[in-house]
Amino acid sequence: MDSFFIITSLLKIVGILFVVILPMVSYAVYAERRVSAFIQDRLGPNRVGPAGLFQPIADMFKLLLKEDFTPRAANTFYYWLAPCLAVMPAIITIAVVPFGSTLFGIPMVIADVNVGILFVFAIASLGVYGIVIGGWASNSKYPFLGGIRSSAQMLSYELSLGLAVVPVFLVVGSLRLTSVVGYQIEHGWFIAPFIGDLANPWKWLLAIPMIISFLVFMIAMFAETNRLPFDLPEAEQELAGGYNTEYSSMKFALYFLGEYAAMITGSGVIVTLFFGGWHFPGIPDGSHGWIFGLINIAVFFAKVAIMIFFFMWVRWTLPRFRYDQLMRLGWLFFFEIALVNIFIVAVILTFARP
Amino acid sequence: MAITVPRPKLSWRERLYLPAIVAGLAITFKHFTNMLLGRTKVTMQYPEQKWDANLPDHYRGAPALVRDADGRVRCVACQLCEFICPPRAIKIIPGEIPSTDRFAKVEKYPEEFDIDMIRCIFCGMCEEVCPEQAIFLRKDYAITGFTRADMVHDKEKLLEIGGVMHGVVLKWNEKK
Repeated sequence: MDSFFIITSLLKIVGILFVVILPMVSYAVYAERRVSAFIQDRLGPNRVGPAGLFQPIADMFKLLLKEDFTPRAANTFYYWLAPCLAVMPAIITIAVVPFGSTLFGIPMVIADVNVGILFVFAIASLGVYGIVIGGWASNSKYPFLGGIRSSAQMLSYELSLGLAVVPVFLVVGSLRLTSVVGYQIEHGWFIAPFIGDLANPWKWLLAIPMIISFLVFMIAMFAETNRLPFDLPEAEQELAGGYNTEYSSMKFALYFLGEYAAMITGSGVIVTLFFGGWHFPGIPDGSHGWIFGLINIAVFFAKVAIMIFFFMWVRWTLPRFRYDQLMRLGWLFFFEIALVNIFIVAVILTFARP
Repeated sequence: MAITVPRPKLSWRERLYLPAIVAGLAITFKHFTNMLLGRTKVTMQYPEQKWDANLPDHYRGAPALVRDADGRVRCVACQLCEFICPPRAIKIIPGEIPSTDRFAKVEKYPEEFDIDMIRCIFCGMCEEVCPEQAIFLRKDYAITGFTRADMVHDKEKLLEIGGVMHGVVLKWNEKK
C-alpha cells in the first residue's frame, strides 16, 4: 500500500508538473502576448509555426543560449538562489489544490492535507523572498527599490488575502481544500448560488458576502502575483524592470516562469475556493468511469484558463497604481472590507446553516 | 507661486471605481473580440503582402545598370557617377572596346562596375548625372546579404536588376 501510494504520488507530481503546469506556463506567456496584441489591435507573435504556436519553444531556446551574466558587484550566492526561490513556492502550492475528482480510484490531489489553505498561504508568501533577495543581491538601485516595494506590497495584501477566505471556511467548516470542493458540489458554487438547490433563501443571502469575499481575494491575488495593476515591483517604466533588471538568460526566464506559475496556482486556488473546483453541473465525478475523471480534470484546467485570461484582460485594461494608492487601498479598504465581511457571514451563519 | 489644482468632486459611484473598471474591461474585450472575428483592420503582413504595386514611378530603390534594345550595356565608363556618388559607393574599372566591335566608336566600357549597397544612400545622383542614361534607380528595396561581400553588387548583378531599358535615347547607332 505504501509503495503504491508513493508511485501514484510521483506519477501525479510528474504528470501535473511536466505535463500540465510547465507547458501551461510557457503557453501562458504566448497567450499573454497574443491577448495583449488583440486588445491593442495588433496581431502578436504569429511567425513561428502555425499562428505562432512554437513561439514559446523558440523563446526557450533563445533564453537558454543567451549569456548568463552575473554582475561583479552582485552577491553571487543569493543572486543565484533568488530565481529558484521565486519559482519553487509557486509550483509547490499546486500540491494541495485538488485538480480533479478521482482517476481509477486515485484522488486527483497530490497532498490532501487538512491544513490546505494555510499551506497555500505559508508557501505562497515565501515567493516574496525570491524577489526581495533577488533585488538585494543584484546590488543595483532599481532592483533594490523593486525588492523593497515587493516586500511591503506582499505583506500588506497577504492580510486581506487571508481574511478574504475566512468566510469560505466559516461556511465549510474545514480548511481541507477537497472538502471545500465537496461542499460546493453539494450546495452550489460560492460565487454562483443558482447552481444546486435553489429553494434555500439563505444561500442567496450568503452569496452577497461571498461575492465580496471573492472580489477582495481576487484583487489581493493580483497583488500577490505582481500582476498589473499592482506590478510595482516590476514597473518597467519607473524601475527598468525592477527586481529582474540585472538578470539575464535562464535566471530571468526562471523569474518569468515563477510569475506565471504563481498566476496559474493562484487561479487554481481561486477556482477551488469560489468556482467549485473541478465540478461542473451535470458531469458526474470520476467514480462513474475514468472518462469522467479526465473530464473533471479538463473542467478544472478550463476554469483555470478562463481565470488566467481574466488576469491578462485586467492587465491590459488598467493602469498601474501609484505606490501610496496601493498602500491606501490595501490597508484602508480591502483589510476593512474583509474584516466586516467575516462579521456578516458569521451573523448569517448564526441564524441559519444553509 | 503655488497653484492649487482643483480636484474634481467624485460621486460615490465614481469613488467606488468598479463601474469604471467594468467599463474599461468592456472596451478592451470589445477590441479583443473584434480582433478575433477579424473585424479589426490591422497592419500589412509584410513579407507575404507587399506594397510594391503601389510604389510611385519616381521611387528611388537600388541603382542598376541597363542594356538598350540592342543588348549593349549602355554604360561607357565615363566615371561621372563614381565622382558624384556622395558615399563613394561606386567603383568602376574601365576597359577598351576592341576596334572590331560593332560599337567600337564608343571606345570604353566598364570592365568592372561595383556598387557597395552598404554604402549606397539611394540618393539618385548617379542616375541624374549619367550622360548615357545607363544607370537607373529601380524599385528594389529589400537588399540583403549574409556577408559584406554579398552586399556589393557587381556588374552582372546590376545588369540583372536593371534588365533592358526601352525608350531611351540611342546615340551610338551606326547611322549616327
